[in-house]
Amino acid sequence: MSDDALHTAPFRPAWQDRPWVRRLLAAAAVLVALVMLALPLTAVFVEALRRGLPVALEAITEPDTLAAVRLTLLVALITVPVNLVGGLAAAWCIAKFDFPGKRLLTTLIDLPFSVSPVIAGLVFVLIFGAQGWLGPWLQARDIQIIFALPGLVLATLFVTFPFVARTVLPLMQEQGRDEEEAAATLGAGGLQTFLMVTLPNVKWGLLAGVLLCNARAMGEFGAVSVVSGHIRGETNTMPLHVEILYNEYQFAGAFAVAALLALLGLVTLTAKTLLERLSGRNGGLV
Amino acid sequence: MSVDVQDIVRRFGTTAALKGVSLSVREGEFLALLGPSGSGKTTLLRILAGLEGSDSGTVHIAGQDMTGVPARERNIGVVFQHYALFRHMTVFDNVAFGLRVRRQRPSSAEIAARVRRLLELVQVPELERRYPDQISGGQRQRVALARALAIEPRLLLLDEPFGALDALVRKEVRRWVRSLHDSLGITTILVTHDQEEAMEMADRIAVMQGGRIVQLDAVGALLRDPATAFVAGFIGEATRLPCQVRNGVAHFDPLPVLPLQVALPDGPAAAFVRPAEISVRHGAGTASVRLCRTEGEGPARLIVQAGDIMLDALANPGESFEKGESCRLSIRGSHVFAESGERAQGVPLAEVMVG
Repeated sequence: MSDDALHTAPFRPAWQDRPWVRRLLAAAAVLVALVMLALPLTAVFVEALRRGLPVALEAITEPDTLAAVRLTLLVALITVPVNLVGGLAAAWCIAKFDFPGKRLLTTLIDLPFSVSPVIAGLVFVLIFGAQGWLGPWLQARDIQIIFALPGLVLATLFVTFPFVARTVLPLMQEQGRDEEEAAATLGAGGLQTFLMVTLPNVKWGLLAGVLLCNARAMGEFGAVSVVSGHIRGETNTMPLHVEILYNEYQFAGAFAVAALLALLGLVTLTAKTLLERLSGRNGGLV
Repeated sequence: MSVDVQDIVRRFGTTAALKGVSLSVREGEFLALLGPSGSGKTTLLRILAGLEGSDSGTVHIAGQDMTGVPARERNIGVVFQHYALFRHMTVFDNVAFGLRVRRQRPSSAEIAARVRRLLELVQVPELERRYPDQISGGQRQRVALARALAIEPRLLLLDEPFGALDALVRKEVRRWVRSLHDSLGITTILVTHDQEEAMEMADRIAVMQGGRIVQLDAVGALLRDPATAFVAGFIGEATRLPCQVRNGVAHFDPLPVLPLQVALPDGPAAAFVRPAEISVRHGAGTASVRLCRTEGEGPARLIVQAGDIMLDALANPGESFEKGESCRLSIRGSHVFAESGERAQGVPLAEVMVG
């Protein structure tokens, strides 16, 4: 073989496809992402700002809308910490200990992913609603759960439970128990080991899980819709408010609130991406 | 500190990992637990460390009953198989960990001084700011040892600590760990499946098989006087030759090996022959030389095929063989084990017959 022949055929690793195959696949992926993901999101912002920023701002600062924003943030503020602790605890005991019912617990964590959120909402109505199992008991004590904040929080908790547990669990399983055992032989107690060894090892995954959990908590519609009662200014969260406005032909308002909601989601996503990059740069350490 | 283990039994489900193990380790001793995988040696180590419980039996360390004492209160240094360094901590923080979690935590200046002294001791003072994934396997091993020594352990447990190192580093680290043991005087127990490692490092070796200690002895005694066929085969370079005992003579038919006189009952048996116990001579025979390798000034090492068995042998000093050359074999003596476990020394029938 001459030198020329070597130069004209560029080296291609055996596992790589031909360049045109790669480009075609990449183009297809980008196209789908643009049409299915980026385009609708852009449409929301375009529609929200169609009649100018002042109109959009006015729609957002309308009292009922502000109440919806406050309620959404409040629900997220309660749900995310609860699921942070619950998810972490679930992942921790599944990854680091053996106990009867471990399989069952692992399956239960996935339940909210596989059950429709509407059903989750209905279940809470069945339990706590006026005609529900605990309804009379609650009514006698003047405790309102359905069509009130507790119901919204419960429904959101159910729907967002898997996010933290599911992001942290594989990390913990992959890391095994070696470091915890080493910590024990060095004299560390259970809490010390958890705080100094287990938690730092999963902190980036944990943060990512919390952010995803937060995004879903703010955006949940189905389960929340069933238990909310849609009382404006009281039990209306942002996604529900968007629907109400839209059904009332207040398109400007609907899209303005939708844009705000989308923006919250985007901020979350950006934060997650930044975190991932940061953790990657440090080799997952620190 | 001395360690005294009595009748430890440990079951995992229906299988017994340890079937009644007793062991006593002297203060300042370097003891190796040697056995193939699944022999229970790591389980025994984990029970000593308090990371695993036992179903019955007792462990006493320095005369104190360890039953119910959790790992964190045992003050035992452990170097894990894959080191188990804290990956999110620097080398410095790894070594400092055991000091920082103490109830009476030393001042940070004192911790820093001690960590530096330890890193000095394990010869990696320049690594204190690095993370475990930024240093080599040999360095990780040293850091793991420094971390275990930081708590001033009364007992040091090493769980296959050299397995992940390449051969050259392993040899060096092995010698260094042994010399460290000699200068610090900490009672040390090493778990390994590598007999060479155990022989090079340990004062005494406990050979484990199927959840039991089958023999506990100094290296020389294990070689000279193996208690069971398993030990004879596992320690040293002996080749196992099946034989048949009839009227006090072990016959190796169909192998082209002359019979040995042996005080065992009639029946099947096995002889374990070390390279130095085989004499290989030039001349037409049914055995043939497969490999002849001269190393420096010692006698040439041979691999001889006899029937379907490959024997390790040593040539007479100064002699050399061609590959494929046919040769004659005789055995100067060997340990022979009957199927019952009974053992005897096999000796050549008569010198005249060998010639």
